[in-house]
Amino acid sequence: MSDKIIQMENVNKWFGDFQVLKDINLEVNQKQKIVVCGPSGSGKSTLIRCINRLEEHQKGTIIVDGNELTEDTKNIEKIRADVGMVFQQFNLFPHLSILDNCTLAPIWVKKMPKKKAEEMAMQQLKQVQIVDQAKKFPGQLSGGQQQRCAIARALCMEPKIMLFDEPTSALDPEMIKEVLDAMVNLAKAGMTMIVVTHEMGFAKEVADEVIFMDEGMIVEKQPTKEFFANPKSDRTKLFLSQIL
Amino acid sequence: MNKINFLKPDNQNLSTYLYSGSFLFFIAVFDVFLSSFFGMNITSFLPNFASFLLPLILGIIGLHLIRIEFSGIKNLDLLNKHINTNTFNAILTLLIIFTIIKSIPPIMSWFIIDANIAGDTKEACTGSGACWTYIKIWLNRFIYGMYPNELQWRINISFILLIALAFVGLIPSEKIKKFLTLYYVVIYPIIAFILIYYLISGGSLGLEWVETGAWGGLSLTFIVSFFCLIFCFPVGMFLALGRRSQLPTVRYISVGFIEFWRGVPLITVLFMSSVMFPMFLPEDFFMDKLVRVIIAISLFEAAYVAEVIRGGLQALPRGQYDAAKSLGMGYWKMHIFVILPQALKLVIPGIANTFLALVKDTPLIFVVGLLEIVGMLNLAKTNPEWLGFAMEGYVFAAIIFWIICYAMSKYSYNLELRYKTER
Repeated sequence: MSDKIIQMENVNKWFGDFQVLKDINLEVNQKQKIVVCGPSGSGKSTLIRCINRLEEHQKGTIIVDGNELTEDTKNIEKIRADVGMVFQQFNLFPHLSILDNCTLAPIWVKKMPKKKAEEMAMQQLKQVQIVDQAKKFPGQLSGGQQQRCAIARALCMEPKIMLFDEPTSALDPEMIKEVLDAMVNLAKAGMTMIVVTHEMGFAKEVADEVIFMDEGMIVEKQPTKEFFANPKSDRTKLFLSQIL
Repeated sequence: MNKINFLKPDNQNLSTYLYSGSFLFFIAVFDVFLSSFFGMNITSFLPNFASFLLPLILGIIGLHLIRIEFSGIKNLDLLNKHINTNTFNAILTLLIIFTIIKSIPPIMSWFIIDANIAGDTKEACTGSGACWTYIKIWLNRFIYGMYPNELQWRINISFILLIALAFVGLIPSEKIKKFLTLYYVVIYPIIAFILIYYLISGGSLGLEWVETGAWGGLSLTFIVSFFCLIFCFPVGMFLALGRRSQLPTVRYISVGFIEFWRGVPLITVLFMSSVMFPMFLPEDFFMDKLVRVIIAISLFEAAYVAEVIRGGLQALPRGQYDAAKSLGMGYWKMHIFVILPQALKLVIPGIANTFLALVKDTPLIFVVGLLEIVGMLNLAKTNPEWLGFAMEGYVFAAIIFWIICYAMSKYSYNLELRYKTER
C-alpha cells in the first residue's frame, strides 16, 4: 500500500457532452517513471491535469499520496504543494525575476524563511544550470532556459511527484535536449514522474512504463522495453510506426 | 549647367532648387505673418481672391521645389521623408503653419497684451482682453472656498504635510522599502484623514470648527478627488474579483452592484446621497454631506474601475492561473502575488482614464451645495460687482484642471514604464 503514490479508479471526465476520459485505472508507485503518449486530443494532458485537480473529474476516485481529491479546497492545495507540474508553455510569472519565481511559493505556501528559500532556489537553479540568470526576468530568457527555470520552480516546493505536460513541445529542436537532460537528471535522482511527451528517446532512456492513450482510454500500458518491442494493440503499432 | 526641369527637381541643380524653393516658401510664410501680426497685405494689388490664395500657392510651389530625392542633405531628406512627402501633405503642412501664425496674435492679445491685472475693482479692466484682476481678487476664494481667511493656514499646512509625506517612497532605504505598499495603501490615507479631520475640520484640540459647507475651491477639489481615488480603487478591485468568482452569490451581487452604479448618472447619485439617503437613517444619526458625497462618488467610480480591472484579469493567459494553482497557492495568494500584479499593470492606462474622469466629475458636487473650484467660479460670476467675467473664470478653471490631469497622466505613463517587463 505504502508505495502506491497515485491511484486512479474508474476515472471519467466530460467536457460538456464530450467524454475526454473513459474509465481510467492507473496506479503509480513511488519513484516510478511513467511516460504517457498518444495522438493529440486523446486526453493525456487532461489525465495528468486531473492528478493535481487543475481539471475536475466527474466520476471515479483519485487518491494522491493517501489523500482523495475532493471538493475540499484546503486538501487540494495541500496535494498541489506536493505535486510539481511543468507546462508546455512554461507559464513562468513574467513580472517576477527567475529567483523570485522560484522562491514565491516556498515562502508564501510553505512559510519558508526567505533566506532559506533563496538558498534552495539557487541550488535548484544550479541543478538545471541557469544559476547565472537568477536576476533576469523570464522574458529575457530563451525557451529552453525558461522551461528549465519552470522545472526548478516546481522542484523548489520539494514535491513528491512531478508531472510534465509536453514540456518540450513548444521548444526549438536544439533546446529540447537541454530540457530533457534536466529531466533525465531528475529521474536519476529518484523522483516519481509522469511525463506526457512525444520524445520516444526520452521514454526509452528513463521510463519504467509507457502508457498509450487514444480517445480518452488507456489503450496500452506496458514496461518500456515490451512497449517498443512488441506492442499488443494495432492502434499502438500504427502510432509507433508513424512517430519512430 | 544641366537643363533645369522645374517639374521634376533632382539633385543635379540642387542649389538652384533649394534656394528658389526656400525663397518661395519663406515669402508665403512672411506674407501670412505680416497680415496676421501687422494687418499688412503686401499682395493687395492683386484681386481679393488671388491675394488670399497666393501664400498657399507659393508655399506649394516652394515645397515642391525642395522635394528632392536623395539630396544628400540630412535634414532636407528627413523633412521630405516625414512632412513634405507629396503635394497633399505639403498643403496640410502649410495650412497648419498658417493656422498657427494666424491664431497667435488674437490669443496673445486676449491673454496678455490687451489684458489687465492691475487694480482691484472691475473698473481697472479697461483693455479688450482678459480681466485677470477678477481672478486675482477672487483667487483666495477659488482656492479656499468660504473657508475663513484667518484659518487658511490650516489647509496650507495640511496640504504641505501631505505632499511631503507622499515623497516617502523616494527615500532609498531598504528598511523602508518593505513597508511602502502598506504605507501608501493604508497608512497614508489614514494620516490624510486625520489631518483633514483634526486640522482642516477642527472642532477639537483648541481649533475652531469649520463646517464642511464652508470648504470649497481647489482645496475641496483635491480633498474629494483624493479620497474618492483611494476608496474606489480597492472597492473596484474586489468587485472585479467578485464578478469572476466561482460562488454564485458573490458573482450576482457584484454584477448587480456594478450594473446598478454604471446605469445611473452621477448627478442623480449625488442628489440621492444628500436628499434620499438621510431619510433612511435614524433620526439622531448624522453623517456629514461631504462624507456622503465622497462615498457616493467612490461607489460610482468603483463600478467603472471594476470593469477596467476585469478587462485586465481576462487578458491574462489561463496558464498563469494553472501555474499558480499547481504550486499550491490558494485563491488569495494566487491573486495577490501572481494575477493582480500582472492584471493591474495591464490596466494602468484604463485606470488613469477613469481617475481623470473622476477628477473632472468633481464639479458636479455643486448639486449638494458643495462648491469646489468650478462651483466657486459660478458663484463669483453672479456677484453683482463682477458681472461679465465668466470667460476668464472658465479659462482659469480649464488651465487648473488641465495641469492636474496632465500631471496625473504623466504619472500613470511613468508607472507603465516602471513596471514594464518583457514578456
